[in-house]
Amino acid sequence: MLRLNRGTRIALAVVTLVVLGFMYIPLFVIIMNSFNSGRVAGWPIPGFSLEWWGKALVNPAVHAALLNSVIVALVATAFALLLGTLAAFALQRFRFFGQHTVNLLIVLPITLPGIVTGVALSNTFHQVLKPMGISVGYWGMIIAHATFCVVMVFNNVIARLRRMNPNLEEASMDLGAGIGQTFRLVTFPQFRSAFIAGGLLAFALSFDEIVVTIFTAPPGVETLPLWIMNQMARPNEVNQVNVVATVMILLSLIPVYFSQKASAAGDAK
Amino acid sequence: MNTQTVLERRPKPLSTALYRHPKGRLASLLTLPMTWLVGVYILSLALLLITAFWTTDPFTSRVKPGFTLENFQQLFSVPAYFATAMRTLGIALAVTVICAVFSVPLAVFMVKIAGPRLRALLAVLVTLPLWAGYLVKIIAMRLVWTENGFFNWSLSPVGVEGPGFGVVAVILTLVYLWFPYMAIPVYAAVSQIPANLFDASSDLGASGFRTIRTVVAPLLLPSLIAGSVFTFSLSLGDYIAAMYVGGSTQMIGSIIAQNINLNPPLAAAFSVVPIVLVVIYLAAVRRTGALNNL
Repeated sequence: MLRLNRGTRIALAVVTLVVLGFMYIPLFVIIMNSFNSGRVAGWPIPGFSLEWWGKALVNPAVHAALLNSVIVALVATAFALLLGTLAAFALQRFRFFGQHTVNLLIVLPITLPGIVTGVALSNTFHQVLKPMGISVGYWGMIIAHATFCVVMVFNNVIARLRRMNPNLEEASMDLGAGIGQTFRLVTFPQFRSAFIAGGLLAFALSFDEIVVTIFTAPPGVETLPLWIMNQMARPNEVNQVNVVATVMILLSLIPVYFSQKASAAGDAK
Repeated sequence: MNTQTVLERRPKPLSTALYRHPKGRLASLLTLPMTWLVGVYILSLALLLITAFWTTDPFTSRVKPGFTLENFQQLFSVPAYFATAMRTLGIALAVTVICAVFSVPLAVFMVKIAGPRLRALLAVLVTLPLWAGYLVKIIAMRLVWTENGFFNWSLSPVGVEGPGFGVVAVILTLVYLWFPYMAIPVYAAVSQIPANLFDASSDLGASGFRTIRTVVAPLLLPSLIAGSVFTFSLSLGDYIAAMYVGGSTQMIGSIIAQNINLNPPLAAAFSVVPIVLVVIYLAAVRRTGALNNL
């Protein structure tokens, strides 16, 4: 056991408290501001009011933005699941020339800054495809999101494939099952949970993405992050933003709860 | 014999063909993802790089194909541009160092001092902000550091005034955004250190602090490097933080965003800067082998 003297222990506890304060005070300030009776966000709030909650919850622009965010994230996740899984199988099951390059290619969109991805795709959509008469519109944003979501699925699925026993698939084929049957009955059930986890991460990543969205969203279309950003330029309505932010903080408890349950189940085994 | 007849009765041409031709199997797996990544992403990056050598007509703002190094020359010759690139690099390094400096004591506290229940709670608390949303955290930081915000309110009785919106607020905001990316791998690394190493170190007479410095720190280096790849690279490309808490502070991303419509070639040239910096950083840490942990 690590023996630490009293001074070191206290110092470590203080650092931990500072970090927690730094992380949670700002979130607390946002939540309190969503109940602000004043027009201007700040601290301390002058009084308590549900006015902004009432306005934000019935705001049609918020509903439209939320719907867009969900659609884009769902479709992008579906693409990412397909592409990420195919790539994971190719890289885990085969040794081939250029393997490292393919690996780099998948990781690149998340390693390079979002603004590079956003500017590059927007440049292609607007300077190259549009003059050719091809308008990508809404799909441009979905394609952009799917591109950086692939890596989330890929990482999860390939990690599981590495731990899987290949003998089971061979046994299935020996018993006469075709490739499709083997995949459906033997292979897929073994990596299903990693597949779902990767999909959830991809969805969360797409739902939260702002920089790539700024550059690829078609005119007049807002996702939830884009709506928040556009509102921040209008100080009068800024407290509605705090309501939406508070809802997002509360929603973030869901994935944390499930991942905690999953890891607790893992420990129990 | 019976199995044989069943198999003969139900031929599986596709399965058989794919089984006989591993290259066909590989091709059928790789075609779709590679078409997407090369066709959409790499092609776009290449087009962006080509645009960086083109020119913009100053009167019509139209992009003209050609070849000029002028855009790259501007990066170095226009003092404001060069200063912005250096400032961004400095901010990214500062963010990385601050995240590392706070991650280690936090992880040691969680693993070695906190009991199992407190440790589980802390693990959740450190992970939670990861999900809270990027813009939510930026707004939160705005409310803390603004003139009539939380920081000035809580420390005004002791006469301390916050830094206001500027470089310091940008660094603090980026630390806030990316801290879990450093803290989680470091925590995982500390919890994997075998307990008997600590026993051995203390049997040999080392104090707790000396054990942390000579035993814990070297074992943490790979996870610190893995975390730093995220904190460094994500900070380099960010410009939303500078926009909302930076006052007049500009970062590389701000210049790219401002020029993307007015002067696309200059924006393209500028987006090469974070790519080069990230590649240099990855190459520098590659030798340590830490990248295999990503």
